[in-house]
Amino acid sequence: MTLLTRRSFLKTGLATAGAACASQVPLPAAAQTKNDGELATLIDIRKCVGCEACVEACREVNAAKYPEPEKPFPKMYPSRVKVADWSGEDKREVRDRLTPYNWLFIQWATVVVDGEEQEISFPRRCMHCQNPPCADLCPWGAARKLKNGITLIHADICLGGRKCQVVCPWDIPQRQTGVGLYLDLLPSFAGNGVMYKCDRCYNRIAQGELPACIEQCPEEVQTIGPRSEIIAEAHRIANEEGAYIYGEKENGGTNTIYLSPVPFETLNRSVDKGPGKPHFAPVEDQMAHADNMAKAMLIAPFAGLAAGVSRVIRAARRADEPPEDNHEA
Amino acid sequence: MKPNAPKRYPKPYIEQKVIKPVYLVLLFMMGLTGFGQMPIFKRYYIADIPGLEWTGKFYVTHYLHYLGAIVLFVLFAYVIVTYFGLFRRSHALSKAAYVRIFLLAAIVVTGIFRTLKNLPNVVFSPNFTMFNDISHLAFMMLLMVSGIVFSITKSGWLVPRAFRQTAPRND
Repeated sequence: MTLLTRRSFLKTGLATAGAACASQVPLPAAAQTKNDGELATLIDIRKCVGCEACVEACREVNAAKYPEPEKPFPKMYPSRVKVADWSGEDKREVRDRLTPYNWLFIQWATVVVDGEEQEISFPRRCMHCQNPPCADLCPWGAARKLKNGITLIHADICLGGRKCQVVCPWDIPQRQTGVGLYLDLLPSFAGNGVMYKCDRCYNRIAQGELPACIEQCPEEVQTIGPRSEIIAEAHRIANEEGAYIYGEKENGGTNTIYLSPVPFETLNRSVDKGPGKPHFAPVEDQMAHADNMAKAMLIAPFAGLAAGVSRVIRAARRADEPPEDNHEA
Repeated sequence: MKPNAPKRYPKPYIEQKVIKPVYLVLLFMMGLTGFGQMPIFKRYYIADIPGLEWTGKFYVTHYLHYLGAIVLFVLFAYVIVTYFGLFRRSHALSKAAYVRIFLLAAIVVTGIFRTLKNLPNVVFSPNFTMFNDISHLAFMMLLMVSGIVFSITKSGWLVPRAFRQTAPRND
């Protein structure tokens, strides 16, 4: 496979994908082939040494996107609304979980591989779902999916309501209070800052560059390419080398595919879970109900049409009957 | 029917007694679940009220909003057919009805685009998405305001074409 290496990917697909990303048009991509144009990343856990070069690279190239909140924060009503502040010097340096200033972190798990106990590491960040609930259910369109498979949150639009985090199966987006559009609206009564997460370096991809975490990884843990090819490569490795896959089917399919030497059920038991620390559990397609009900919406008018026609015909028949038998018509 | 008997027109009995209450309840539920798409019910303790916990669950309100849309589509198709098939000769649409129809059509169209956006592989531009979302909300709020105004002015949907219905034929 040619597209999966860093160098060849740069030469071929990325520039095209970047151009497609930069020239968004307000047209549905429904006419396109499924997965056409979506880029996925393959994260081979077996290669990761936990050096955090990806974390540092992410922090460096995305530093300009990080929030610089205004203080003091507006007083929030009602009082149950808590501020989320990661802007202090100490908190900005947190690297063991996702925060508004740390969109990628290294997660660790102790597992038994080939009869030997090992501590393995792997980068965790937004999965970039194919049908992302955060983007679908964002009430303002602040979270959105790009045609190249990136899901990002527009910091200038987001009000920090945290809905995206609630509906995300992995609770990925993280909130920072005191920044964003809500300050110009009703800061005490609506909104609470801006949600932040990995945007897979969409601006770098648009310029034909690799996401920083991929470019700076000394072990080439991550590769990026068209989703269909990434999936094919993941299956090839899984079959030939006995690895396990996560992200292909989860939440209806994501654009982040993990390859693990142990089953993800085992991995999930071992990882430290909690706020900002995503799990590796199976995830049903959270938007499946919406897809099915959208189909029902297509049929619904015909049901109403049939009921209406039936009513008209019945009323017409009654109109021809003697008046004493005619109750309503 | 005798040849010289006065023309009889169907009355919107079912529509008044059944369809209208269903429509009003549906509209209320669509408003509730629609506003529930914003993270406000939990913040403002609505979801703390016993029996209303579901208003703070985004997937539940989303499911109910879609379900309501399906029923509304059935209902809209039904009333369009019955109006043109049965009641148009005896009843005209009031001016208030035209306002309601415009607002409902706008809500339906923006709702359809919102539903399309939620399908896999359908991507709209950010600006269009935001315009659509805010329009959907704004038209619903206008419908609520117009509903209050029309309930005060007692402006219904249909106005009987009284003369046509009762005037004896001269021939």
